[in-house]
Amino acid sequence: MPPRSSFRFSRRQIIRGLLATTAFGAATKLNACAAGPTESTDGAEETGGTADEIVVGFIYVGPKDDFGYNQAHAEGAAAMAAVPGIKIIEEASVPETTAVLETMRSMIEIDGAQVLFPTSFGYFDPYILELAAEFPEVQFFHAGGLYQEDVHPENVGSYFGYIDEAQYVAGVVAGHASKDGNLGFVAAKPIPQVLRNINSFTLGAKSVNPDATTQVIFTGDWALPVKEAEATNSMADQGIDVVTCHVDSPKVVIETAEKRGIFSSGYHADQSPLAPKGYLTGAEWDWVSIYTFLGEQFVEGKTLMAGDIDHILRGGLADDFCKLSAYGPAVSDEAKADADAAKEKFLAGELVIYEGELKDNTGQSILSADEKYEQQNIELEKMDWLIEGVKGSIDG
Amino acid sequence: MAAESLGLWGIPLGIIAGTLRGSAPFLFVSLGECLTEKSGKINLGLEGTLLMGAMSAYGVSYLSEGWAGPFWAPWLGVIAAGLSGMALGAIHGWLSQQPRVNDVATGIAMIVFGSGLAFFLGKPFIQPQAPQLFTFDWGSWSSIPQIQAALKISPLFLLGVAIAPLLHWFFRYTRWGLYIRAVGDSPQAARAMGISTFKVRMASIVAGSFLAGIGGACLSLYYPGVWTERISSGQGLMAVALVIFAKWNPIQCLWASMLFGGAQAIGPAFQAVGVDSYYYLFNAAPYILTLLIMVVTCSPQRTLVGLPGALGKEE
Amino acid sequence: MVSLSQRVSVPARRSLEAIVLPVAALAVALIIFGCFCALAGANPFAVYGSIYQAAFGRWSAWQNTLIRAAPLMLTALCTALPARLGLVIIGNEGALVMGGLAAVVVGLNVGTSLPPLVAQGAMALAGMVAGGLWIMLAGALRHYRGVNETISSLLLNYIAIALMNHLVEGPMRDTSFVTKPSSAQLDPSIVLGTIPGTRIHFGLLYGLIVCVLAYYLIQRTTFGFAARTAGGNIRAARIAGLPVGKLTLAVCFLGGSAAGLAGMVEVAAVQKRINESVVSSYGYAGILVAFVSRHNPLATVLVAVLLGGILASGGILQRAHDLPDATVLVFQGIVFLCVLFSDSLYGKLPWFREMGEN
Repeated sequence: MPPRSSFRFSRRQIIRGLLATTAFGAATKLNACAAGPTESTDGAEETGGTADEIVVGFIYVGPKDDFGYNQAHAEGAAAMAAVPGIKIIEEASVPETTAVLETMRSMIEIDGAQVLFPTSFGYFDPYILELAAEFPEVQFFHAGGLYQEDVHPENVGSYFGYIDEAQYVAGVVAGHASKDGNLGFVAAKPIPQVLRNINSFTLGAKSVNPDATTQVIFTGDWALPVKEAEATNSMADQGIDVVTCHVDSPKVVIETAEKRGIFSSGYHADQSPLAPKGYLTGAEWDWVSIYTFLGEQFVEGKTLMAGDIDHILRGGLADDFCKLSAYGPAVSDEAKADADAAKEKFLAGELVIYEGELKDNTGQSILSADEKYEQQNIELEKMDWLIEGVKGSIDG
Repeated sequence: MAAESLGLWGIPLGIIAGTLRGSAPFLFVSLGECLTEKSGKINLGLEGTLLMGAMSAYGVSYLSEGWAGPFWAPWLGVIAAGLSGMALGAIHGWLSQQPRVNDVATGIAMIVFGSGLAFFLGKPFIQPQAPQLFTFDWGSWSSIPQIQAALKISPLFLLGVAIAPLLHWFFRYTRWGLYIRAVGDSPQAARAMGISTFKVRMASIVAGSFLAGIGGACLSLYYPGVWTERISSGQGLMAVALVIFAKWNPIQCLWASMLFGGAQAIGPAFQAVGVDSYYYLFNAAPYILTLLIMVVTCSPQRTLVGLPGALGKEE
Repeated sequence: MVSLSQRVSVPARRSLEAIVLPVAALAVALIIFGCFCALAGANPFAVYGSIYQAAFGRWSAWQNTLIRAAPLMLTALCTALPARLGLVIIGNEGALVMGGLAAVVVGLNVGTSLPPLVAQGAMALAGMVAGGLWIMLAGALRHYRGVNETISSLLLNYIAIALMNHLVEGPMRDTSFVTKPSSAQLDPSIVLGTIPGTRIHFGLLYGLIVCVLAYYLIQRTTFGFAARTAGGNIRAARIAGLPVGKLTLAVCFLGGSAAGLAGMVEVAAVQKRINESVVSSYGYAGILVAFVSRHNPLATVLVAVLLGGILASGGILQRAHDLPDATVLVFQGIVFLCVLFSDSLYGKLPWFREMGEN
């Protein structure tokens, strides 16, 4: 570009940019005015709900109909919306970056939300914590086990389902279904939630087949369809005949498994329509019951800050936080019996998944013979090991 | 159908299988980009075209299952993918040829627009299952399930493999191929010959986007065979690198696509046999490989062999 | 009656052109987007109102916009500066990640042993050097090996992200942070604060200052003149004796260091640690900002604000109008396509043409 014309551009660019921005602002304001004097305020009122309704905001990290994690939450949210006196607003595909800060702020300030459910694990630190400190009168419920009593603000609460109980039972079924006990697990990232599922699944399988092993492949991110398909194919190549997964949308893994003719166990939601022959069972969330319960609490005026609602809401199969998919056609009666027995024990609160003696897959001892980690034990929330029998490593 | 473990044989088999499966989208998009770049214009927007193609293929396949049946519906989807590619290509072709508009900028704007449109229209198709394209079972001679699975070849892959030499022949021996190359190497000379550079480039870009759309159909109707918003792993952008890597020769595009497709499978294949450290770096293998090969084979003295003369200039 | 065309002088028309065209482009983009929304079942005028409200409607919205605009100003320079030399670099994302990595490493090692301002300065320097070197690599490959810089910078993006992910899951991992594999947290005393009275971090100031400096560098210094000359015609520049190689490396380094600074701001002000969240497409958006502002650093500031506003309005489109999240992408695309097209109209429209000119 010859020097002179670029000099001309510079003034031009400044002017155009300046006027572009202001004109844009003016144009939208004028348009809004032309359509009716209360247009812009109308927008806020419409989403703010009537005076008696409590506005609850749901934030999803991906699309709402992903056959997986987000869909499970969206179904629960729809149940909460059915509670009279509750109005929900939703925003999907909000990444785990500062974008969620602005989303939450926008929901509070523009839509008047009084309760927020940012449903992705990665929203907690620092985003929820920051905003909770800034808006002490708004309640934040995080789907994860991270709340700590004297560390985190009063208006933050944690809820999570012990879905690893369901994965344990699924592991029991998988242990029966697998010919040689070669199981596979397609995992996204090596964070505690995922590791718990891997370990529980393996322990469940080992309870019926002590030689069972689980091959783990980490794809590196929550939603990478091509990698998930490759991982499933590699596992099938290696002779693995049951796969399960912990990714945002298990659709790819389940469908690929079905194409390869191996068994699959679902996660997050019920994927049985995707694998009519090979679907064994699955560990599903059941947010409907807890969200309905919480919705009713909100309508009654209960809050975290006042202590009316527990800061840590957790439960497993017994408290309807999670459930198992219906058994598929390939599940043997023997498997069903063992699985049902395990489920009964969970419902009765008798089964502890992690009890000694336990070693991790590098040979180190985790628990000695008379120790155990009860379900609520905070150690489980920080899990960074894979038990013996799991093939894989958490280092990238 | 449990299979015996293959042990370390699983790695090469996994990579071969990954190559056959994963190279199809690369193949189509790179051939499309090759066609476009031969005429002297870069189309970075193929990433958006890829997504749009994947979405329309899946959507049309799903919607037409009722009256077209599970065999023909996916083919209708493939056609829809190509057509949607052409539409996006028309926008890019027209806009990037306006005076003083830079084609890299247009391309990136098209990525944003194309992917936005694809996600917007594709929302209702994330959940349902659309009928998939059939595959040839060329592994049925083997009793080993892994080989059977690896050799399930898609007709689209075969189509792509056929198009590569066809395109090469087209560039070298036909009149239209000559026009395209002329416009790409020296637009002034082409104009002097009476060729309309606008029309030729427009045709090339639209045709290239048609192919890229079909590349998207490979993703959603063959492998991995779903429609989600994260289905692309950057194949559209990588195609631009691929074409330069292949020195604008369609046959080389074929080999390069297979290389890239196979490289995608390296990470998971290694993890499946227990080599699980450095999996991020394994996943970055295709990119590192391309960069190294480019560094080794390029030199400033001779300009890139095969580089269309007008590429990157706003003529 | 004297007609309008006789009343307005020709130089004034040129300046008017610079105003009317982009505004008209924006207006056309809004109309197209409005039709799109109408087809999708939303009231276009209500949508316009919501966008305005979420982007510029109140001080809180403005802050949202400016927070999003800040990194864009810096990453855009990564494309804009080399573009003056005729290089097309799209490696902004990679430079940002490398800058963030370097800043975190320095920040974690320095901790509280230095006064906070010095520590922040060290982090900023580290970020800038890392980002600069990363892009300089692409420039070097171009100059010494003839490797196309667009492609090499694109590949370097992927490599940088893979490297960062590998490090935060392995050697740099902080096991006490369970949310995602991540590095340790920076000491609170060296975290970049917010501009008093707002919740906008100082990154905005960095962006503004760097853009102004870049403008002066390109327009008013010998170096900038040399770069622009070489960008206009490389062969002539070589003949004139300009050190094209050194210019290439320098310009790439400067562009990369701007993006690296953006990376430092992202980790020191926003995340306070480094993990995969640092990759949030500021890089690619920065490329668009650079091109739309025709690589002029001052215009970059304004375009970045505009894009920040568009991005800020994404949420409200979902919540208030039931439009899917992809709508804001479509909106972005339409705006940029229209504005890019308007560039081609300069000197074409009859009224703006000089009298007697064709």
